[in-house]
Amino acid sequence: MAELARLALTDDELNAFTVQLAAILDHAADLDALDLADVEPTAHPLPLVNVFREDVIGPTSDRDEVLAAAPSVEDNQFRVPPVLGEGQ
Amino acid sequence: MSARRIADEVRSGVRSARSVLDDHLEVIAAREPEIHAFNVVLVDEARAAADEIDSRVAAGEDPGPLAGVPVAVKDNMCTRGIPTTCSSRILEGWIPPYDATVVERLAAAGAVMVGKTNLDEFAMGSSTENSAFGVTRNPLDTTKVPGGSSGGSAAAVAAGFVPLSLGSDTGGSIRQPAALCGVVGVKPTYGAVSRYGLVAFASSLDQIGPFARTVSDAALLLEVISGHDPLDSTSIPEAPADLTSVLDRGVEGMRIGIIEELSGDGLDGIAGDVQARLGEAAAALEAAGATVETTSVPSTVYGLSAYYVIAPAEASSNLARYDGVRFGLRVDALTSGDMHTATRTAGFGDEVKRRIMLGTYALSAGYYDAYYGKSQKVRTLIVEDFARAYSRYDLLLSPTSPTTAFSLGEKTADPMTMYLTDVCTIPSNLAGHPSMSVPFGVGDDGMPVGVQVLAPAMGEPAMFRAAAVLEAAAPPGAAS
Repeated sequence: MAELARLALTDDELNAFTVQLAAILDHAADLDALDLADVEPTAHPLPLVNVFREDVIGPTSDRDEVLAAAPSVEDNQFRVPPVLGEGQ
Repeated sequence: MSARRIADEVRSGVRSARSVLDDHLEVIAAREPEIHAFNVVLVDEARAAADEIDSRVAAGEDPGPLAGVPVAVKDNMCTRGIPTTCSSRILEGWIPPYDATVVERLAAAGAVMVGKTNLDEFAMGSSTENSAFGVTRNPLDTTKVPGGSSGGSAAAVAAGFVPLSLGSDTGGSIRQPAALCGVVGVKPTYGAVSRYGLVAFASSLDQIGPFARTVSDAALLLEVISGHDPLDSTSIPEAPADLTSVLDRGVEGMRIGIIEELSGDGLDGIAGDVQARLGEAAAALEAAGATVETTSVPSTVYGLSAYYVIAPAEASSNLARYDGVRFGLRVDALTSGDMHTATRTAGFGDEVKRRIMLGTYALSAGYYDAYYGKSQKVRTLIVEDFARAYSRYDLLLSPTSPTTAFSLGEKTADPMTMYLTDVCTIPSNLAGHPSMSVPFGVGDDGMPVGVQVLAPAMGEPAMFRAAAVLEAAAPPGAAS
């Protein structure tokens, strides 16, 4: 799970988290007592439909201001370490 | 002094916004080192804003319903040019290029923002002990927690640093700290207040709301921040209800149900003193002309389990954006994949890591139906049970928190014990309903007890009427 979530944990952390997460999942087992066969799931409290805005140009973020918040920038683009050819 | 009175005096020129601010800054200077309600106090910015209000009053303008009122904003709401950290290392130093809608509305109403308040990292917690920047202490007893996750906003109001503050509530993060600090805290109907610029935790549950020392001040602030916002696709299009004008209408003829499952008989762990105050609150509503009886809302007890699957699941998805690319912390590594992992490992605290892993697990192939799917069905049961209850009752009643404020460090080793403190507040979030905590006397330890008033969607007017009755009938609060 830690790998899927992009987290690196020490052995001690893994042990502690495993115990704590098991306790939380154990508590969630109380839901097994419910008969949910004919119940529809609720994903959201509002009866949502797609919301569209008028197709007009409004204010947009300033590019320099947005880039100024990034850890690394080059030629007006976010700069990241190599994505392909990992391990070279 | 109440926010209403401050605004009246500033608008009419009786007092300057600057003198109001300086009085509050003096209280902050005296006690903030001990309480740590704020991540940042904006002395220069606040003085400039107050002076601007005063010059507008001098020019014959009306700065608005919160003219010159000092306010504090939870540090998970974006403020243009002012750092917004979510009390996390991963956002330390990030300066948002835009204001949250609520921040714009505060300024447009004449309020003076004095600081950003501390919280559990990314609003995940019930004690404000999960902040990367240190704990906040309860102003009424500094060995106790202020509750959480909006503990800084609750403490700032309780300590007299500000008369009003904003928090966010995903599973009780406004109401529970309000109860533990002895102030009023409101979670509005989902969609009533724009979340544009609120850093997302669990998007189907998050809602912004007010803290205040009085029910009337909470109504005033809620009116200012409510209303449709085209920038939030979940914002309710209808015009918000007028709360101020209904506050003194009482509860004569109202039908009010005490939720049996959350009030002691149906649930272990509701303390005796909290049960006693709830009983007295019910008697006060009855004396004011309401019909009060105990009623069963059976699935509410399952809210906690469903919530601690749904909220982490949504969080694991929302927090995927913290990848060290566009903003915030980056820990460099040779490849992008390693950089993501190194950044997230260094930037997130333990509780956030726990919830991300829990959510990742609940959404993973093979476990989705067993956890996330099942929890969404339980959410349906809760919505249906509430609908049945509200066909018979105008409002429901429960404790806000099972106990008064607990000691710092008491629950940090066992996350499940901490989660249980949210058992009474979570069902309203799952249903999208409003509810609020009103201070009602103290427990055996002399610390405040909060009574929770629950209402159906858009039921704020009736909820505030009952809250006003409870406030008027409440026994003396905690001495600070």
